[in-house]
Amino acid sequence: MALKDSIAWYHFAAPKNFYPLAGKMIPWFWGLTIVLLLVGLYLSFFVAPTDYKQGESYRIIFIHVPAAWMSMLIYLVMATYAIIGLAWKVRLADMMASALAPTGAMFTFLALWTGAFWGKPTWGTYWVWDARLTSELILLFLYIGFISLQSAIDDPRRAAKASSLLAIVGVINLPIIYFSVQWWNTLHQGASVSPTMAPKMATIMLTAMLIMTVAFWMYTIAIVLMRVRRIILERERQTTWVMELLGDETVGEKDGRK
Amino acid sequence: MSDGVLTSGVQGGLFAAWRAMLVRDLTLAMRRRADVLTSLFVFIIVVSLFPLGVSPEMSVLRGIAPGVIWVAALLATMLSLGRMFADDHQDGSLEQMLLLPHPLSMLVLGKVLAHWLVSGLPLVLLSPLLGMQLGMEGEAIGLLMVTLLLGTPVLSLIGATGAALTLGVRGGGVLVSLLVLPLYIPVLIIGTGAVDAGISGMDYEGHLSLLGAFLVIALLTTPLATAAALRISVE
Repeated sequence: MALKDSIAWYHFAAPKNFYPLAGKMIPWFWGLTIVLLLVGLYLSFFVAPTDYKQGESYRIIFIHVPAAWMSMLIYLVMATYAIIGLAWKVRLADMMASALAPTGAMFTFLALWTGAFWGKPTWGTYWVWDARLTSELILLFLYIGFISLQSAIDDPRRAAKASSLLAIVGVINLPIIYFSVQWWNTLHQGASVSPTMAPKMATIMLTAMLIMTVAFWMYTIAIVLMRVRRIILERERQTTWVMELLGDETVGEKDGRK
Repeated sequence: MSDGVLTSGVQGGLFAAWRAMLVRDLTLAMRRRADVLTSLFVFIIVVSLFPLGVSPEMSVLRGIAPGVIWVAALLATMLSLGRMFADDHQDGSLEQMLLLPHPLSMLVLGKVLAHWLVSGLPLVLLSPLLGMQLGMEGEAIGLLMVTLLLGTPVLSLIGATGAALTLGVRGGGVLVSLLVLPLYIPVLIIGTGAVDAGISGMDYEGHLSLLGAFLVIALLTTPLATAAALRISVE
């Protein structure tokens, strides 16, 4: 994601060059996150009008919908990095894929959790076997599978390759799972309530939701860059540049790794 | 055994290698019949637990029967996945297979077919008995068999990719279920959906076509993914 604005693709594809670049970018993305989050939350909680049907509880969608969007987007981005990593053997792409997974799982969980809290006052139950809820739950399973496979393999290169392959298999299956779950739902006629919101949404609501989405997006970039810096240090710890860097910065951390 | 595969693999054509692989895996499975029977009995026991756990009422059981049998088939298939590559990995014959001049995906297909013949087909053949135990009627049982016949090969094919990915990995047996079960969901939904539709007198041909489509897609894609995963594991 962050690499796209840079002209020197190949230069920054090397973990050694990306590490300082990421370090410089992180404060900017955190700044954007905080500003957008403050504006978005202000709009959501103070400016947006109360929904005439759902009351105040509808305001949870300002967290819920962006989280659900991000959970799917992150899986796609992760699979894209997995393809790049497998096809062109770009180590940084593997690292980005593994750095994205925990945040994706977190957003999936957040979407399910906030969905449950929204469902209780609106539908009268925390959980229904609705097509969207079910496919979001399966998405969480896919994330957890990716993370578990990666942590089960000790050799980092093999772990990256195996989990990349799994992410690709998962992303091919995702539409099949989604459509079959949707079809299953219409067959079983379980939930009579539909999660679709009122067709006409006030502009201010939509604006707030979009700002929150961008805020979550910036947060994702910031946290993923932080995580990928850790992963770079961990996987490149045998290289001279990391040794020099750690020798300068944190001696204690280096000793801890030995 | 692997000598036979290797010689026929090098001298003969692709089909000879494929057939040698199939015959070899079937022979190995027949020499260890207990392994095969274990996963079959798991299938039977899981299904028998439901009347004990839910209710012995036939009307209740009849409603859940297709789902119960399908879920049990999923679990039984998953338990037998470990056998597919683990032994070959341990004794080194897997590395020899990678060295053969034939595409690895075709050899994988032979292994998957052997796996299905040993652990998928028996499930299909046993399902009428379990269906009757749960109070299913004749026509529904026939439909259940057809869905299992179309669906269990897909389970073996997808499972092969999962088994190859977790080869030689810490806690691979548990991990493979975590990776594979979410991918089994579409097959489960469409398989049970067909039987449910048949029971309630609706059209089920669409379901069967979809199951067939899953089988074709899985046949075309999963051997490639499995071969890639095997190369990663053996590296």
